[in-house]
Amino acid sequence: MTTFLKEVNDRIGGVPIQNCYHCRKCTAGCPIAFAMDYNPDAVIKMIQMGRREDVLKSSTIWLCASCETCVTRCPNEVDIARMMDVLREMAIESHVDAKEKNILKFHEAFLSSIKMRGRINEPMMIALYKLKSGDYFSDLGMGMSMFLKGKIKPISPRTKDMKSVRNIFKSTGK
Amino acid sequence: MKVSYYPGCSLHATGREYDESVKVVSKALDIELEELDDWSCCGASSAHMTNFKLSVALPGRSIIAAEKKAMDVMVPCAACFNRLKSAQYHLKNNETLRTEIEGIIGEKFKGSVNIRNPIDIIYEDIGVDRVKELVTRRLEGLKPVSYYGCLLLRPPEICCFDDYENPYMLDRLMESLGAESRSWSYKTDCCGGNLTLGKTEIVVRLVDKLMVMAREAGANCIITACPVCFANLDTRASEDVALPAFYFTELMAMALGLEGTNSWFKRHNMDPRPLLRSLGLV
Repeated sequence: MTTFLKEVNDRIGGVPIQNCYHCRKCTAGCPIAFAMDYNPDAVIKMIQMGRREDVLKSSTIWLCASCETCVTRCPNEVDIARMMDVLREMAIESHVDAKEKNILKFHEAFLSSIKMRGRINEPMMIALYKLKSGDYFSDLGMGMSMFLKGKIKPISPRTKDMKSVRNIFKSTGK
Repeated sequence: MKVSYYPGCSLHATGREYDESVKVVSKALDIELEELDDWSCCGASSAHMTNFKLSVALPGRSIIAAEKKAMDVMVPCAACFNRLKSAQYHLKNNETLRTEIEGIIGEKFKGSVNIRNPIDIIYEDIGVDRVKELVTRRLEGLKPVSYYGCLLLRPPEICCFDDYENPYMLDRLMESLGAESRSWSYKTDCCGGNLTLGKTEIVVRLVDKLMVMAREAGANCIITACPVCFANLDTRASEDVALPAFYFTELMAMALGLEGTNSWFKRHNMDPRPLLRSLGLV
């Protein structure tokens, strides 16, 4: 039987995460650790203990901003940032309820926008995010002020060869 | 010199000041930009955070297009720079993945072009001495802290920037303009990036910390080379600690006496002109 640990390691395809000796340098340098339910080094331990559901349902995997400070400083070269990417992929594939739903909705809105036009049109992407998240009202004032200052352009150029962009999404989709 | 130019989506939208200032500064430095034909989005964090293969294939398409021109590729946006560099790294080092991505895109990857940031191009190829010669208005009194953030630097083996814990290229560039670069320990900290929409309160906390530390270092403004960092610094800082933010190229344009600065500055959320006026720079 494949363990959770093996599955995560196989997907990372680099240094096995059990090389971690819990010096906690990753957690010490993590700018978002204060908001996470489990610290980055705790997630490594939880994976070793097979706590699949707790890990995939954690806020940590969504709050990680991928600043890569952890992996840059890890004395054992454990790729913690890549591990977080892998865990997000697994959470999505297993249809686990994301603890930080709006962050996942943001990623979905962002990627849908690329799929439609090959490039991000910011007002359209934000409108899509607001529809998906139901968060209609935050930043409206700021958006209006940016629009009035001419910072937001409603129209932006798109990629012409959309066939190739759509094919990328089709071929890499799971 | 002539380079391919990959602006990325932000530089055609809220990061317009960066696009426009990179263009005028490049022209003044004799760097000819040729926009990459029919480029597509790099996928940014959203692709690599949810689908690794997509995060290589999307920039892969633009990299392969750039290889036909066989010139260095200038990528001003730190996020695009990071994604293009990462994709190139994986395509070079993972043969199975490369074969698969080539199959999807329908063209061969050669790994023949350098993906470069304008900071590196200006610092290494033009040089601070040349910049100094071109300065017509020294930025006396301006005390910027250089904020490099995450995506220009990490992972170091992919980004290959100067020094990933204590980078200096932006600091030296600012000094060549006559500004007084302030030294600080938060050059490479994170602003929270795209959490700005889904988790605004986290970004406010991170940006406020940057502003407080910049003030403690004696700075009166903060400079960046990333449209995401710029948006967060410019719009998310609390009123009592906020400092004006600039793209480094905006300040270069100002010091070189180039056109456009006023139209960029008035689009900032926090208007930097009162500071510049108080220093007699406008």
